[in-house]
Amino acid sequence: MTTTDAGTDVALERQLDFLRGMLEIRGFEDACHRLFAQGLVRGSTHLGQGQEAVSVGACGALREGDTMTCTYRGHAATLAMGAPLDRAFGEILGKADGLCGGKGGSMHLTDVSRGAMGSFAIVGGHLPIAVGFGFAARYKATGAVSVCFFGDGSTNIGAFHESLNLASIWKLPVVFVCENNLYGEYSPLLTTTPIERLADRADAYAMAKAVVDGNDVLAVHATAAAAVERARAGDGPTLIEALTYRQKGHSRSDPAKYRPDGELEAWLERDPIALHERALLAGGVEQARIDELRAAAERDVDAALERARGWPDPAPESRLEHVYAA
Amino acid sequence: MSETTYRAAITRAMADALAADDDVFVIGEDVGAAGGAFKTTDGLFERFGGERVLDTPISEQAIVGAAIGSAIQGLRPIAEIMFADFAAVCFDQIANELAKYRYMTAGQVTLPVTIRMANGAGAGFGSQHSQPAENWFLNVPGLKIVVPATPADAYALLRAAVRDPDPVLYFEHKGLFNLKGELPDAVPEVELGCAEVVRAGDDVTVVATQLMRHRALEAAELLAGEGISVELIDPRTLVPFDLDAVRASLERTNRLVVAQEASPGGSWGASLVSSLVQEGFELLDAPPLLVAADDTPVPYAGPLEDLWMPSAERIAEGVRATVAF
Repeated sequence: MTTTDAGTDVALERQLDFLRGMLEIRGFEDACHRLFAQGLVRGSTHLGQGQEAVSVGACGALREGDTMTCTYRGHAATLAMGAPLDRAFGEILGKADGLCGGKGGSMHLTDVSRGAMGSFAIVGGHLPIAVGFGFAARYKATGAVSVCFFGDGSTNIGAFHESLNLASIWKLPVVFVCENNLYGEYSPLLTTTPIERLADRADAYAMAKAVVDGNDVLAVHATAAAAVERARAGDGPTLIEALTYRQKGHSRSDPAKYRPDGELEAWLERDPIALHERALLAGGVEQARIDELRAAAERDVDAALERARGWPDPAPESRLEHVYAA
Repeated sequence: MSETTYRAAITRAMADALAADDDVFVIGEDVGAAGGAFKTTDGLFERFGGERVLDTPISEQAIVGAAIGSAIQGLRPIAEIMFADFAAVCFDQIANELAKYRYMTAGQVTLPVTIRMANGAGAGFGSQHSQPAENWFLNVPGLKIVVPATPADAYALLRAAVRDPDPVLYFEHKGLFNLKGELPDAVPEVELGCAEVVRAGDDVTVVATQLMRHRALEAAELLAGEGISVELIDPRTLVPFDLDAVRASLERTNRLVVAQEASPGGSWGASLVSSLVQEGFELLDAPPLLVAADDTPVPYAGPLEDLWMPSAERIAEGVRATVAF
């Protein structure tokens, strides 16, 4: 089992970038929450407040050409790969200039130009595809790494096992990142899963594993960077379990009343943004610098939303496009 | 020109595709060292090596997912799902991931994936290894569906499938693997969506694929002796479907019989009848007829399985009734 000290080798500017990234994602998710209340978003959405450090830390360990796949709770990971805020908002609002032209929505944010290869809404359905990205990297000897985010609930679906098994037997460059937020939809993990440490499932596939504090962005980054390096070197896949917490319910229709008293409050104390700010302050960063970053993030999120709200609806005929390439 | 089996034509199509393009690879259960459960990949592992002809665990979801991810990165996978019935265990990968990926990302990805599956009844494999499964995918926009009946089509349509930028499900009929036919040394390219008029005729149009095409031809020859002239059309691909070819024939014959191996519900034959009733009603002088399998799973015992699927005689009976209407 790998344990990692928080990223002593990450330059301060990079650490500040991580804070900025998490602040933008938090602002984005809070805005989505409000847009729902205003009836401006269709269907459902799955917010990731509290889990930003996993996306920002792990995606921060990637380089150009690497690929990322994630779940329907995928706003954070897609933005962490560099997808523009306005086009992400535009997609959720169903606008023509959204990332997917308004045909994907909240659960399918994708920006292939940034390596954000897709958000998938069938639990576990994207793990085999992430294996495919890893296979292509090996076949073409590109040195690329495939990172795949999924929730604790995905570890009980068949595709998880098929994917880890194949990635391991072929030693593919895939980093599986399980965001253990303690709940699979509405059900507490311990009512659905006979083991507490999900990373232990790697043992069944003779795969490297690591458990990391998913609310500590530098720890996530260091753990992911080590796994990415191993993958790139041809030493095979890793299963990382990032321990984190979903501060909101499963989806907009879930007030999360099943949570025991005090659980949310305890996790809010360990909010990833607050934790990282405290670490930066302890490292000598001025409060004023952090305030600046907060203000800049807020400004960028607001401006992006404003732009996206002004975009047109998709053209009616666009619904018939992109079924086939030929 | 040489005589080749349907099986050997499939093997040659894969060998030629592998030789022509380094981005093509073959992936599936026992497709490598063992040469395939139906020997359709025989010799490919020896010729192209284990990096391009890959044996997998029994993991259909991982096979299709690996094909999806690698296709997006520019490769051209040929994935084998041993028996078409097994497509059910990777239905999510095919119907939700492969078929919808391009659409829900507004064309950010292209998916040149070919999935080969051994299809169909008649060989005594029982209910879970015999279902003609092509109809499962008719209601999933985003997939193309190919159903070759002859060695020449098996070759040309597999090459077309691998060349195609979209996902193609390629069904190989188990009852045809040993069928022999002519295969030219240089096979002309065929596009998906072009039907073949197998036999010209004036009195009735019969549409059939795979094993049923051969039984329909047998029926047509029988009926010729009775003075009934059958035009037989093999659409060769179900998606895209060459409706124009069927319409053009009906303009002369004004009578339609569809011979289909599968049960009738939600099938291509039922869809064809429905389309022509809606859009070609004026062409029809008799009710269109769908000759199909029983509405049950495929039984095991020989006499039961023989009764389950349409025989040449049942097809001929349907044609007689339609012509006499």
